[in-house]
Amino acid sequence: MQRKAVALISGGLDSLLAVRVMQEQGVYVEGINFFTGFCVEGHTHAIRKKDQKKPKRNNALWCAEQLGIKLHIIDIVEEYKDVVFNPQYGYGANLNPCLDCKIFMVKKAKEWMEAHDFDFIITGEVVGQRPKSQRKDTMPVVQKDSGIEDRLLRPLCAKNLPETLPEREGWVDREKLYDFSGRSRKPQMALAKEFGFEDYAQPAGGCCFLTDEQYSVKLQDLWKARGSKQYEMDDIMLLKVGRHIRPAPEYKLIISREEGEGKFLQGYRKQYPSLKTTSHPGPLCLIDGDFAEDQIEQAARIVARYSQGKNAPEVELEYRDTEGNIRPVKVAPLSPHELKKEWVV
Amino acid sequence: MAHEVLDCRRLLCPMPVIRVQDRIAQLQPGDELQAVCTDPGVMQDIPAWCRINGHEVLEQKVEDDEYILTIRVQENT
Ligand code: SF4
Repeated sequence: MQRKAVALISGGLDSLLAVRVMQEQGVYVEGINFFTGFCVEGHTHAIRKKDQKKPKRNNALWCAEQLGIKLHIIDIVEEYKDVVFNPQYGYGANLNPCLDCKIFMVKKAKEWMEAHDFDFIITGEVVGQRPKSQRKDTMPVVQKDSGIEDRLLRPLCAKNLPETLPEREGWVDREKLYDFSGRSRKPQMALAKEFGFEDYAQPAGGCCFLTDEQYSVKLQDLWKARGSKQYEMDDIMLLKVGRHIRPAPEYKLIISREEGEGKFLQGYRKQYPSLKTTSHPGPLCLIDGDFAEDQIEQAARIVARYSQGKNAPEVELEYRDTEGNIRPVKVAPLSPHELKKEWVV
Repeated sequence: MAHEVLDCRRLLCPMPVIRVQDRIAQLQPGDELQAVCTDPGVMQDIPAWCRINGHEVLEQKVEDDEYILTIRVQENT
């Protein structure tokens, strides 16, 4: 009887290899890819114009296609918030709750496995690869807390770990699994070559924006401004775009840095009031938060500073509310020394 | 044979793919689904998803900054 495994597919090389190792052993595999809202896939490339020449692909889909497996992309945006807000095991170097994240994902995969009559879960994890979530002492934590116990197999480092159920039952041959460990990528690259994989993705940091320092700073700023940990999808998307400037605690400006971002921000003008220079070419700016009428001028002066009229005595802008009502604003652009460093998020 | 239109405007990848995937799960073989999107990434991602899952892309076009894909649902193999 052919056994069935569900694989956590991140889009990186490791999960690609892990699946192929299982396929070599005759196991039927389907993939799951979780969308948390913070995934690095796509967006920023889509948003920023200068990146558009690069071929843009979803790496999880690409992997699935290379492997000839089905891929189920699962939206966990809402449930995942609790992982980000209250990680039991804390954050990594930035706001990345990696260990809790892994536990959560394995737990969700377990539910899927049970609902679809699959036998076990595989991941591309390698012992010692990541400082927090992929350590020899934290790997059992994932198994225990997720409830998957020994139905979780990590083909790339299984030989360094206790035997799992699929190995014990003879569904897979432990001897043909691997003993990778540590941060070196060489063994993976060699195996990729052996399997004939080329052009695979090698994300430098983690698999999501929460490992990014700049991004984490912006998210923390958002929480501070709102008085509690919270976010909506629009918030976390907008954190990836533009310059963020907070001239006062109650509101911040999101200013496009180039045309692609400007176009992207335009799509949000029904949710956020906006400013756009009219007398000179310049960025589009969304205003997020509660601001008083008399703060619009300050905001406009900052936006003018980033327009081509930054040295002009006066710049004209258009202020647009969320209903689409437009009114002109004339201001003197902020001078460089007036733009306080601490405003820049 | 149903022909449905799915509004995926303003959604960023992979959200449109997820919407298409979840909608197709409810449809019957032979039904057609037209996804109207604004993220250009769908032009790669939705066809890739369809190839993987064995559905047929009948048409993909750009109209007024909107990316429109028509998919024919196939038997779930
Ligand atoms: S990098 Fe992000 S997605 Fe990856 S394990 Fe850590 S928190 Fe989860």
